[in-house]
Amino acid sequence: MRSTRKYAAVGVAVAAALGLAACSSSSSSTPSSSGKKSSGKVTLTWWNNATANPLKAVYLSAIKSFEASHPGVTITNVPVQNEQFTTKMPLALQSSDPPSIFQQWGGGQEATQIKSGKLTNLTTLASSLISQLGPAAAGWQVNGQQYGIPYDLHMVGFWYRKDLFAKAGITSTPTTMPELNADVAKLKKAGIAPIAVGSKDRWPDAFYWDYFAVRECSIATLKTAVKAISANYPCFAKAGDDLKTFMATKPFQTGFLGTPAQVGAGSSAGLVANGKAAMELQGDWDPGVMSALTSNKKVLDQIGWFPFPSVPGAAGSPTALLGGGDGFSCTTTAAEPACVDFLKYLDSPAVQEKLVATANVGLPANPAAASALTLAAEKTILSTSQHASYVQNYFDIAYPTNVGQALDNAVANYFAGQGSPDGIVTAIDQAASQQ
Amino acid sequence: MSDLKSPPAAAVKKFIAAAGAPTGPAGFRPWLARVWPTHRRPSRKVIELIVLLTPALALFTFFVLLPICIAAYYGLFNWSGYGTLSDFVGLHNYRLVLDDPVFRESVLHNVIIAVLSLLIQLPLSISLALLLNRRLRGGSLLRMAVFAPYVLSEATTAVLWLLMLQPGGFVDQVFKAVGLGHEIHQWLASTSIVLYTMFVVVTWKYIGFGIILLLAGLQGVPVELREAAAIDGASSWQVTRRITLPLLGPTIRIWIFLSMIGSLQLFDIVWIMTIGGPANASSTMVTYMIENGFRSLEFGYGSAVAVILFIISFVFALLYQRFALRRDTAGALTGAVG
Repeated sequence: MRSTRKYAAVGVAVAAALGLAACSSSSSSTPSSSGKKSSGKVTLTWWNNATANPLKAVYLSAIKSFEASHPGVTITNVPVQNEQFTTKMPLALQSSDPPSIFQQWGGGQEATQIKSGKLTNLTTLASSLISQLGPAAAGWQVNGQQYGIPYDLHMVGFWYRKDLFAKAGITSTPTTMPELNADVAKLKKAGIAPIAVGSKDRWPDAFYWDYFAVRECSIATLKTAVKAISANYPCFAKAGDDLKTFMATKPFQTGFLGTPAQVGAGSSAGLVANGKAAMELQGDWDPGVMSALTSNKKVLDQIGWFPFPSVPGAAGSPTALLGGGDGFSCTTTAAEPACVDFLKYLDSPAVQEKLVATANVGLPANPAAASALTLAAEKTILSTSQHASYVQNYFDIAYPTNVGQALDNAVANYFAGQGSPDGIVTAIDQAASQQ
Repeated sequence: MSDLKSPPAAAVKKFIAAAGAPTGPAGFRPWLARVWPTHRRPSRKVIELIVLLTPALALFTFFVLLPICIAAYYGLFNWSGYGTLSDFVGLHNYRLVLDDPVFRESVLHNVIIAVLSLLIQLPLSISLALLLNRRLRGGSLLRMAVFAPYVLSEATTAVLWLLMLQPGGFVDQVFKAVGLGHEIHQWLASTSIVLYTMFVVVTWKYIGFGIILLLAGLQGVPVELREAAAIDGASSWQVTRRITLPLLGPTIRIWIFLSMIGSLQLFDIVWIMTIGGPANASSTMVTYMIENGFRSLEFGYGSAVAVILFIISFVFALLYQRFALRRDTAGALTGAVG
């Protein structure tokens, strides 16, 4: 039994090694990302949500041409599943080795991330690009400082079926809420589900409350409310009343509480795509989702877009829009100016056109690439957004994450017939008090 | 060594010799006896235990016990996941969780699922297992059919049923086809029905597992006993009731244990099909935890929920082991081994 001791030694060694591995895994398992300069060579690690083509291919070709024009710079592409950013970023920003560049949706989540002290302030580094992007860049600013740069923009509005509108005898798209309500009645009379909504996912419900708030509140109040993390202003209560009035017309499809937004032909996008519902309040990405959910090749010709109608007597701007977008942040471990140069490169017309035309990301952040949009409706959205008095970032993104979730849940509960419209304001302020 | 109870002196001697220690009267033994009296010296068995248990214990400590302690610690802070743990709030998070009506509702939903499993899944599994245990034409095919859903991943199951349960979807078509059109409900959209829809899907998914478990248990029921009872004039119902079921007891008790723990931790299917909605009508403790921990970036609060969920499951497991499983595990866990 000579080996007993050896076994003991091996056992202890294994245990110790496992322990060490467990302790050090947080720093060694992530790919090396710090873009430290060593003899002029720079490596940047790029965490993005392009896990599939065509976006992934566009990114890879962008990396290639950027590396060719910037000798000494190497960019490591690390696609990360979209939903995983929520869990990965807190850990990565805690560690000493965060990615150099990562996916950034701006708003309250960005403000929370800044607390880690690891996000690069891009205000002066990218000043010329920021002024070129105009008001679109505002969603990635915190207290007037730029911590992220968008590469695409999204606007929310009504997508509708031209054929179903014609069938119900509707000749022009509604511009005010009474007109929309009248169209809902006409569609119902014609036996068509007026509006599809994906209430299972909750965030589509929030679009309605968000838009009523945008119509009821002045731009100044909207800005103050987001900054103060509160909804305790009379106009938000009015938005709740508007929602109540609108819900009373019962505009949605049967069983909308269980309908997903984008999964399957029975989703809200699928219902519109297959002609089973006439309208959907959704982002500009909806045509891409719809065409994947139907065998109808002509669906893109059959749909049109109009902005959220105005609310008579409301104090807010009738041309303000609700939207958001995707962007990137640099971390302080990344070498500058290489990192900011890459973000600028992604917003250059050449890359933007590819992102829009090949990868269908939505509206280009850089207006110079507008010509790459192919769908007539998308061009309408872009021109509407350019003439918008203000673009309000989706409230669930603009507020800190926990407040945004509380908002989505409260609106969804109201859609499910629970609570009151005032409960939405209460839920927001209650979540904000836990900040 | 075959005798585990007490290694004979010869074996100890051999072990010490093998370990390379001097064995002569002037060498190792007197020295060892001085510093480590014989009655306190670890036996070979103890050393074996240390060697064999250390890796497992180390893994268990680092990957189970330590994370539990860390979660309990995080639960004491108001922490968004970014920055340092600085906002110490004591037991405030735990109090908030227990005071939240949505959390209580979620616990109730878990309990409803668990009770329904006992009342519906168990009798269903037993009767199907008894049926499949007979010699039937195509029996193995049937066994495979009932077991098939268990092989699917929970995510696949959830997406499958999500699509089938949409208004006007496959399920509604089937109802219409068999003349039950008036019984069609909003399976996923009605707050009063959605939880029971979840139960049906869970049952569909896990009934096969219960049946296979019970079929295995039935193999352990000696045919002689049943034959003897039959010869003594017992009816087939009496044989089942008095012989088969009592002998299936240990299997049934294990099934109940697994089913209860599974019900308490129900997550994947609910999350994919409803995200706990509409209006929390199908939320469970775990969907509540994910919702309030990860989705809201409230890791302190989420940790508190996790710890409470752990305590509930742990207390249940201990009580069940103590009162129900004791007979079955006697000797294996409770009896003195050494």
